[in-house]
Amino acid sequence: MTDWLLIAPVLLPVLAAGLSLAVWRSAGAQRLLGTGGLLVALVDAVVLLILSDRRGPLVLDVGGWPAPAGITLVADRLSALLLAVALAVALAVLVFAIGQGTAGSGSGDPVHAPFHPSYLLLAAGVSLAFLAGDLFNLFVAFELMLASSYVLINLNADESRIRAGMTYTITSLLSSLLFLTAIGVVYAATGTVNLADLGEKMPGIPEGLRTVFSLLLLIVFGIKAAMVPLHFWLPDSYPTAPAPITAVLAALLTKVGLYAMVRTQTLLFPRTEPWTPLLVAAGVTLLVGILGAIAQQDLNRLLSFVLVSHIGYMLFGLSLYSVTGLTGTVLYAMHHIAVQAALFLIAGLVAAWSGTASLSRLARAAPPPGILAALFLISGLSLAGIPPLSGFVGKLVLLQAGVEQGGAAALTLLAAALLTSLLTLYAMAKVWRAVFATGTERPSRARPRVAGTRLMAGATAGTVLIGVAIALGAGPVARVGERAAVDLLERDAYLEAVLGVRGAIPTDVREAEGTGEPGESARTPSAGRIRGGGEDPGGEDDRSTHRTEERERR
Amino acid sequence: MTTLDLTSAVVVGGLFAVGFHLLLQRSLMRLLFGFLVLGHSTNLLVLLAAGPPGRPPVTGHGQDRASFADPLPQAMALTAIVITFGISILLLALVYRGWLLLGHDEVRDDVEDRRLGESEHPRRPGDVAGQQEGASGRTTGETPGKGEER
Repeated sequence: MTDWLLIAPVLLPVLAAGLSLAVWRSAGAQRLLGTGGLLVALVDAVVLLILSDRRGPLVLDVGGWPAPAGITLVADRLSALLLAVALAVALAVLVFAIGQGTAGSGSGDPVHAPFHPSYLLLAAGVSLAFLAGDLFNLFVAFELMLASSYVLINLNADESRIRAGMTYTITSLLSSLLFLTAIGVVYAATGTVNLADLGEKMPGIPEGLRTVFSLLLLIVFGIKAAMVPLHFWLPDSYPTAPAPITAVLAALLTKVGLYAMVRTQTLLFPRTEPWTPLLVAAGVTLLVGILGAIAQQDLNRLLSFVLVSHIGYMLFGLSLYSVTGLTGTVLYAMHHIAVQAALFLIAGLVAAWSGTASLSRLARAAPPPGILAALFLISGLSLAGIPPLSGFVGKLVLLQAGVEQGGAAALTLLAAALLTSLLTLYAMAKVWRAVFATGTERPSRARPRVAGTRLMAGATAGTVLIGVAIALGAGPVARVGERAAVDLLERDAYLEAVLGVRGAIPTDVREAEGTGEPGESARTPSAGRIRGGGEDPGGEDDRSTHRTEERERR
Repeated sequence: MTTLDLTSAVVVGGLFAVGFHLLLQRSLMRLLFGFLVLGHSTNLLVLLAAGPPGRPPVTGHGQDRASFADPLPQAMALTAIVITFGISILLLALVYRGWLLLGHDEVRDDVEDRRLGESEHPRRPGDVAGQQEGASGRTTGETPGKGEER
């Protein structure tokens, strides 16, 4: 039963995507498949969260191949928590897209037909990335997610968007190739790509090499998570896409990158001390992002820079390598998925209302309706970390972690984090004044009543409510987050769940799987040479005996 | 731990260097070639992670597994080749689309940055170049380019 639960968040959207492509002539069927598929996946993710919180990590060996060789799906507290929030936001954004008409208005519209399948594949990729138990599967998940996002960001692109889409596509491709390179060298060094197996074998390889792998993976996921100085592509590419696409990319893709970073760094390269390079990167991300945001004149670009800046908070929590720090990262990531998506959706509604996203023009235009102002107020203040909203919960834990840690570096970063909070409030106030203050212009003509505005506003309100729900349930959510953080640092639950009780998978079990089973190298001790290479004296003999056998068989 | 022999190291390293050099060019077509070369070098690296070449492929019979080539990197490289192939086609389509829409395939300087620097001095309405810059940098999806004209 748990097997199906584990595979469902990946399988359902993929199946729905296939069906959705088949019925592209009927917009209604596509909408039903999209929302239905994501809704079931969301319910499934919530069940996964409850189960993994009660029973510990759930593991599925796809195809029955045992852990180090086969494809492993793992749902522990961290991945189930993020999966649930991500799918909830993805569903809300899809409803918004349907309301807005990005997803196609009429039936049988070939231009918009790819939207639903791509969106569902994106959701499948995000789910797979959260559930992946080995590096290569994580790479495939990233590719699935990114390939869909290339389609979405370039869908129906005009002159202004095509170049921005290219920037995004090429940067992501470069990061994917670096990821693949990292997988190649990690496999060459350890003979496995399974995350749990790597966690056991990494201590066996030389320290210099381990640092190289750690940094390589940090850079790969840093590009995806938009960590300064690898953030340059984000403010150029995200703002140009239609609002729901920007919202889903900004909310989910950066968090998937961050999740991968947290997972690999804690599982593969466990530390007990704060990691200074990441600490510095976190501080730079916080400040560069928010200063960039203040300079912007375009609403969407401003929000993109704020997004970059707030990635710094999550990096800060990770870099401390303490339970409190990681709890803060988990809580902040959850809050940020919901709030950042809400802000981009609100920006989309504002731009649809006023016909522009430029702050100076918005300042002159008549203000949008009050409901948007209320939604923006909740989201903006939550982002700035004003109590009792959801951003406050995550920030409080992060600040506690910084104080607990002490030391000059952590305290400096604490100051940077507080300064960023203040500047975020300033940036939000700037937006507030420009957008919602009464402008000099009166509405020149009756606003075209677009069908679906209610749906869009409803979806935005839903996204905001997810953030409010996180704040309301702060107690239980924080406790789950803390348990997830303890799991991350102790690693034992994850390793045991994937590899079985340690040392309990004997060699002969794997040998019984049949010849040519790819886990060959997993049996060899991690230190020293795993495969003999050309110098292996036995290699030539083995080969000749094998040839003799072949001949005999014939 | 698998190590590379000199020939493989030089080939992979050379391909990486050529790929990154091409990726840094301004012409999108060269960028695409850079991606292709880089994809090949990465796949080659993954393949070489299996150990030295020349060992027979897995047949599914026989007891001495050490004599076979490790099939896992082969499977990974195969997956990666399929992915890079598909993405290359998408990239090619994008480059072509960009060429159709823009009439050139060069990456220009970041217009939004320049616009921000100049935003203190509002542009004259007749400034054609300025309007084009604004249209390519600022617009939202709903109203591409309309914000400038109103």
